[in-house]
Amino acid sequence: MSTRYFGAPVARIEDPRLLTGGGRYVDDIVLPGMLHAAFLRSPVAHGRIRSIDRSAALALPGIHAVYTMADFAGIAGGPMPPMAPHPLIKTPITCGPLTSDEVRYAGEPIAIVVADNRASAEDALAAIALDIEHLPAAADARTAAAKTAPHVHTGRESNLIATLRATHGKVDAVFAGAAHRFTETFATHRGGCHSMECRGVVASVDGPSGDLTLFTSSQSPYMVRRFLSAYLGRDESEIRVVAPDVGGGFGPKANVYPEEFAVALAAIRCGRPVKWIEDRQEHFLATTQQRDQFWALEVAYDRSGRMLGVRGRCIHDNGAYAPYGLILPTTALASFPGPYALDAFDIAIDVVLTNLVPTSPVRGAGRPNTAFVLERLADGIARRLSIPRAEVRRRSFVRAEQMPYVTGGKMRDGSPVAYDSGDYAGALDLVLDRIDAGGFERRRAEAAQRGRLLGLGLASCVEDTGLGPFEGASVRVTPAGKVIVATGAAGQGQGHATIFAQIAAEALGVAIGDVIVRSGDTSAFPLGLSTIASRIAVTAGSSVAIAALKVRDKAIRFAAQMLEVAEHDLDINDGAVHVVGVSDMKVTLATIARTLSGAAGVALPKGIAPDLAATGYFETSQLAYAYGSQACEVEIDPETGDAKIIRYVVAHDCGRLINPKLVDGQIRGGVVHGIGNALFERMQHDGSGQPLTTTYGDYLLPAAFDMPDIEIHHLQTPSPRNPIGVKGAGEGGTIPAAACVISAIEDALGPSAPPITMHPVSPDNILEWLQTTMT
Amino acid sequence: MKPSAFAYHDPRSSGDLMALLAKLDNAKLLAGGQSLMPMLNLRLVAPDHLIDINRIPELAGIRLSAERVEIGAMTRQADVLASGDLASVAPVFGQALAHVGHLQTRSRGTIGGSCCHLDPAAELPALCALLDTEFDVIGPHGARLVPASDWFRGYLQSALDEREILRAIRWRPWSRGHGHGFHEYARRRGDFAIAGAAALLDFAADRSIRRAAIVAFGVEPAPRRLGRTERALLGRKLDNEALAAAAEEARSLDAMSDLHVSAEYRRHIAGVVTRRALADAGQAAEVTA
Amino acid sequence: MIARRINLRVNGLMVEAEVEVRVSLADFLRGQLGLTGTHLGCEHGVCGACTLIVDQRPVRSCLMLAVQADGSDVETVESLGTREALSSLQQAFSDHHALQCGFCTPGMLMTLEAYLRDHPSPTREDIRDVLSGNLCRCTGYQGIVDAALQAAQARKAAA
Repeated sequence: MSTRYFGAPVARIEDPRLLTGGGRYVDDIVLPGMLHAAFLRSPVAHGRIRSIDRSAALALPGIHAVYTMADFAGIAGGPMPPMAPHPLIKTPITCGPLTSDEVRYAGEPIAIVVADNRASAEDALAAIALDIEHLPAAADARTAAAKTAPHVHTGRESNLIATLRATHGKVDAVFAGAAHRFTETFATHRGGCHSMECRGVVASVDGPSGDLTLFTSSQSPYMVRRFLSAYLGRDESEIRVVAPDVGGGFGPKANVYPEEFAVALAAIRCGRPVKWIEDRQEHFLATTQQRDQFWALEVAYDRSGRMLGVRGRCIHDNGAYAPYGLILPTTALASFPGPYALDAFDIAIDVVLTNLVPTSPVRGAGRPNTAFVLERLADGIARRLSIPRAEVRRRSFVRAEQMPYVTGGKMRDGSPVAYDSGDYAGALDLVLDRIDAGGFERRRAEAAQRGRLLGLGLASCVEDTGLGPFEGASVRVTPAGKVIVATGAAGQGQGHATIFAQIAAEALGVAIGDVIVRSGDTSAFPLGLSTIASRIAVTAGSSVAIAALKVRDKAIRFAAQMLEVAEHDLDINDGAVHVVGVSDMKVTLATIARTLSGAAGVALPKGIAPDLAATGYFETSQLAYAYGSQACEVEIDPETGDAKIIRYVVAHDCGRLINPKLVDGQIRGGVVHGIGNALFERMQHDGSGQPLTTTYGDYLLPAAFDMPDIEIHHLQTPSPRNPIGVKGAGEGGTIPAAACVISAIEDALGPSAPPITMHPVSPDNILEWLQTTMT
Repeated sequence: MKPSAFAYHDPRSSGDLMALLAKLDNAKLLAGGQSLMPMLNLRLVAPDHLIDINRIPELAGIRLSAERVEIGAMTRQADVLASGDLASVAPVFGQALAHVGHLQTRSRGTIGGSCCHLDPAAELPALCALLDTEFDVIGPHGARLVPASDWFRGYLQSALDEREILRAIRWRPWSRGHGHGFHEYARRRGDFAIAGAAALLDFAADRSIRRAAIVAFGVEPAPRRLGRTERALLGRKLDNEALAAAAEEARSLDAMSDLHVSAEYRRHIAGVVTRRALADAGQAAEVTA
Repeated sequence: MIARRINLRVNGLMVEAEVEVRVSLADFLRGQLGLTGTHLGCEHGVCGACTLIVDQRPVRSCLMLAVQADGSDVETVESLGTREALSSLQQAFSDHHALQCGFCTPGMLMTLEAYLRDHPSPTREDIRDVLSGNLCRCTGYQGIVDAALQAAQARKAAA
């Protein structure tokens, strides 16, 4: 490929539309006759529904229906299908689209009101008389696994639904023979995703055919179609699911939700299009979150500070159901050992139900949690041996010459984890150099003069990207010379359309303005999986490349025949195939496309099939491993405990960059999310499982004034595992960020402060730790 | 998150407003809307009537004379911030308003709304307490002046009766060149303060304090003047001992605890911001001959 | 349903409409006028996605009733430019990758548009301060700050 577009910081093709108010998000969709829905949700974390009296609600103006699950009995019924079944969960743990008997988290949907407008629907909600018996609730994963804990589901004896385990090496021997060991407990909390656009669904049934169309703010339109069609007993071809412009996903929008099914059922039942837009309070209640993991780990290390082994246990808060199976704790487990070349590890994760909204991956999935504990352990080793933290990494990291490195871990399909390429110590050295770690002590002293505590933090990670099995794309040239790229890969702001257009434009020698990208629509392309796990650039990007190159090859074959030259004498650019060095001997792609579109009675050129188009599927055989290091400086006001991040540097290797500007955006957004996890975001519940932080007054997101500028240095080690040499970039900014910030705070507080083993941390935590250093 | 239904009234004069207040039950006044509208949207309140007072011109405006500063209740926070006249007689307003919400909220939020809603962490009511403002109140039964010492009745509770509105606040300006200081600590820019403090100082030629006012807010449900410290400062220089005493009085307040912050931490912050505000007031003062 | 007739100027055009009194300005513009560029992210006045300009001031349109805009001059993101002719601020957003999903973007644009009209020479810190009432989950804010500074420069050059 030439390098006109690939690797260039091309302006996004999405921007003019989005900048001028031309975005089409699910709430912007208006269909004739459309009605508006609101959900009656459980007011308690655990309860048995005795009765629901809808009469007063139905009497209100503008109310068309109040449905419970019983009203859909003629259409479909039963629990939601699990998205990611796991052998350890013999019976899927999901709720129905609407719950009629036992509700298990505050916010669980019970009934759906369908009305002329949302305000009226909410009026109706207030008029429904819900008689619900309160049941004991388990609100803390740490105690929920105990035999005496309240049952999250009354029918389930134990709230412990699975224990996942990963082991590698001779654990006992490594620990027994190690010069040093210590244990530590950690509490990591990751709140919710808080995309600026909440969820939303518009469902409508086409009268004559009965086909169903669903617009949904989803990362997984194809999963919605697959599961909904099975649930309804319909063929997938009868259901079209479209993810329109989606205002951020960050993980939870990858799930298939009860509301999506309930809105579809309501549309089928009432015969009119139904729209439901999640409001922010509902987002706090009913969109999956990531929340808590509690770790107890022991680390073994040698005299030089090399980390030898890690063993221990994690308690993972799974919430009330497992709609996403065990993906989140599995990912946390699979992220061991991170960049560390451990001789042994033995990690168990107890997956525990609680009467809180279910948990599922939020940007980074379990990887930030694993990075946090590993980085804290590494810092702990440095502290105890009084050696530099970077030194522990240099001695413990997988070395570049060990690549490909088999870690001993296993992926979720059981295949062994093998890092493909990378220089982890090199990335760390780079980032420490860029932040001028050498001059840090001087800066620390200067800050002390001003009465401030300055700390330097560092953290590293490895990230598996490009999750399989595949994505696909088709590329088609139209008789007008436009290039249509269609793919199943849905976008939520990453700029996928731009990078696909870049890849196609490059391969076909057309201007990027001539490329149109269609995605996130099950009618535009037959297959798709999900936009998760930093996988789309690798899988869909590679698919676009494969398809585009097939089209290119076909165009060249056509031109070779038509111009009567050898294929190797041809080149393709400016929308035409031309003879190298003879610019007026050419045939335009438009002409080729028009010819291959056929004319009645006119034969096509020999051996060339109709349509200047091709489809490609890239199948992931092995994951591509991105990695990076981060360093930051945090300044603490010792009087208030306030922590401000004043510098932030990232070194990141995600292989070849299709569009450096977009990768930078992913990294910066990811880092800021991680800072939010370190300092601000905590989803709080009371002892009875009642959510306490349900507005942005109480749940703090990182905001512009308090965030640093983030300096980024790219390393580009092309991945050998896909044709375009890229690795995913969506989550690498987030994964080590909380660890980096906490490392800096701990450094600022000094060696006599207690180690910091949790996040988020607040100013009063910091003050308390400071006060212990003074006693 | 849509509000429940209400009848909407937008009187154009104080007289029309009084007539409505006299006859309507379960009514809420809509001023800037920055506190009330979220509550309506969240259905935390469900009034039968909403009385929009944004179209009564005589309720807004900043009026200054040598003896008196008056700010109409419906004066937008943005206009209070932008008033050069006000800045020259009461520069503490500019310092405080930088922390009041955000650009968008100051466009609509009013000083009166803030002073009637009385969020414990609100800056403007704290300044009223600091300046000993009079609250000019009118209702269907007449007008009255409420001194600041009587305005704060409890958590979110002002001295207004159900059918009264705040028309304006007024006070006698401090002398030219008085020292002013303001500090608050919040998690993020524009957030409600965990605790804040403001201080005004007037010095004699020998740098002894001849007048002092210090208020701590966000600590107790209502802003609290640190009277003990104010009295102790009279005739003294502003030295470290004085600053420490002020911080100590702030730390002795009966601080609230909430979802985010313990009473102990809040008391500690109260001490810190009080000390800083008072120190700044000392720095800012121009000693008059 | 209690409704009122309102008259207002929206993006330079006079509009007359009947609106239920409890409908927010944001919902009125989106629903009745089809101006879906203004977005609702929280409906409790924190996220700033709904920011637009009323009578020359940036306001949270989720916290204003439509009836309150009777007689007012309302500017939404649709007034800034067109796809073929972006305003200098919009162009700067594209140049600096100041948007990803685009949901918070109209609010960011209108806040900055209002601010830059009165403040031609902001610093980075000024911009971050002004944007403190606009949440973004995608960009990490830096691109938006860069774009705002470029736009300030462009406006000065054009003036």
